Amino acid sequence: MIEQKQQEIIEEFAFFDEWMHKYEHIIELGKEMKGLTEEEKKDDLLVAGCQSKVWLKASLQENGTVNLEADSDAIITRGLVALVVGVFNEETPEDILKANIHFMNDIGLVSNLSQTRSNGLAAMVKQILLFATVFQAQQKSN
Amino acid sequence: MDNDTLQHKMKELRNQFPALNQTVYGRPLVYLDNAATTQKPQRVIDSISEFYSKWNANIHRGAHYLANASTEKFEATRSALAEMLHANFREEIIFTQGSTDSVNMLSTILENEVTEGDEIWVTEMEHHANFVPWQVLAEKKKAVFRYVPMTASGEWDLDYAKNEITERAKIVAFNYVSNALGTINPIQELIALARNAGAYVVIDGAQAVAHFDVNVQALNCDFFLFSAHKMYGPTGLGVLWGKKELLENLPPYRFGGEMIRKVSVTGTTFNELPFKYEAGTPNIEAVIAFNESISFCIEVGRKNMHSHEYFLLKTATERLKEIEGAFVYADIPNKVGVLSFNIEGIHSADIGTLLDQQGVAVRTGHHCTQPLWEKLGTTGSVRASFACYNTIEEVELFIAALNKSVNMLR
Repeated sequence: MIEQKQQEIIEEFAFFDEWMHKYEHIIELGKEMKGLTEEEKKDDLLVAGCQSKVWLKASLQENGTVNLEADSDAIITRGLVALVVGVFNEETPEDILKANIHFMNDIGLVSNLSQTRSNGLAAMVKQILLFATVFQAQQKSN
Repeated sequence: MDNDTLQHKMKELRNQFPALNQTVYGRPLVYLDNAATTQKPQRVIDSISEFYSKWNANIHRGAHYLANASTEKFEATRSALAEMLHANFREEIIFTQGSTDSVNMLSTILENEVTEGDEIWVTEMEHHANFVPWQVLAEKKKAVFRYVPMTASGEWDLDYAKNEITERAKIVAFNYVSNALGTINPIQELIALARNAGAYVVIDGAQAVAHFDVNVQALNCDFFLFSAHKMYGPTGLGVLWGKKELLENLPPYRFGGEMIRKVSVTGTTFNELPFKYEAGTPNIEAVIAFNESISFCIEVGRKNMHSHEYFLLKTATERLKEIEGAFVYADIPNKVGVLSFNIEGIHSADIGTLLDQQGVAVRTGHHCTQPLWEKLGTTGSVRASFACYNTIEEVELFIAALNKSVNMLR
């Protein structure tokens, strides 16, 4: 499923031949995302990030999948966060942990995810994997 | 020189900077991140290459032709720096790894001068590099860490400083020019207050040396420090100037080779200045190449640089204010070419991302001055900073790119 969702994003972005349209789409995704309430955007949900902040909330649902909610104070980061959440959301911890996340590379936004610590996205992915590890351990102990 | 002639002269400088002549994402690079680091002229690049092609040898100790030649070139930079800063003695020039390293060295060698209850002063607009080392020193010595507050327009509250800096102050450390706002601070007044209090006076000149001439004797400070890379020089090299009588009596910082006079199993005596503070093999090629940056600044003339950059700043500021919701921080006359701003309702990081896509390099975020932004009630800004090689056409490209970004984000 994670792979399928990534392919859908890649196809979606293949449609844009100009940087502007790509970013307009990301901004649109950022605006559309439900995000977190102001009360939820507290430091305990804050994932590291230097320039823009990213908040992440995760819970293990009864059906064994992970529910993710996130937000950012910068709209482009928010759009990217929406993509990441979309890919991982409602998946099992096991699937999350074994996933190969490549879509950022493929849509030409690699610098936004891997090299720079500034927008907190890399930290967010790391945090999702951390949550998945914990949830998986919980499932095994039950 | 009239403005048109000056602009023409400065535009010609671009030919000396190969890094400026390139495209990013298929667009011509508009490099406006000069307060972070300046690009390097060809002569600096050539000097580094020449060093490794011809002169590479360890300095100060070799008994051969190359060692003598590289030592001579290395020491020539020290002399050029002494002249540039109007230092009394060339051995007052200490090479460090950068401004951050210079401050850390100072906060370490001044440690024994500070006792419990003493005050260590900085200002609210310091770069973290001239803030954290002093804060840590104060904690370590149970001294009181204090700061001169900043006003909403980005200026020091000198009235506060006048009332509060007393003989309890042991060290007063502050920046000449704010890296986040570009304001040229009234350092003479703070120096006078610190002097009256009998404190050590430390000036962070990192953002000043590329824009105007500095005379450490006229300033009457104790220590003045900066980085080479913000002055068209190589990275990884800094300068610490200190008064000879102080440096002679303060303890060494790092221990090892070069900085010793005699080592025996029963004890070690230390070398004289400047070697006492230059343990180990230094960044030789950077020091030698830095001499080219110094000559470059002298040949172009810092007055010309500053006039030109100020003209770009003024134009950019006026054009920026035409954008709805634009807010310029420290919109005051006494500034170097740094334009720090936000657009209402838009995060600085978003603007930075979209400017980047259009080939415009700026800095966004807190610029390592978090207390400053806390005071201004936000977390950061977009910072466009101009150097001598920037042009009025680039200002227009920047404003056009900014307008496009803002339209996309609204």
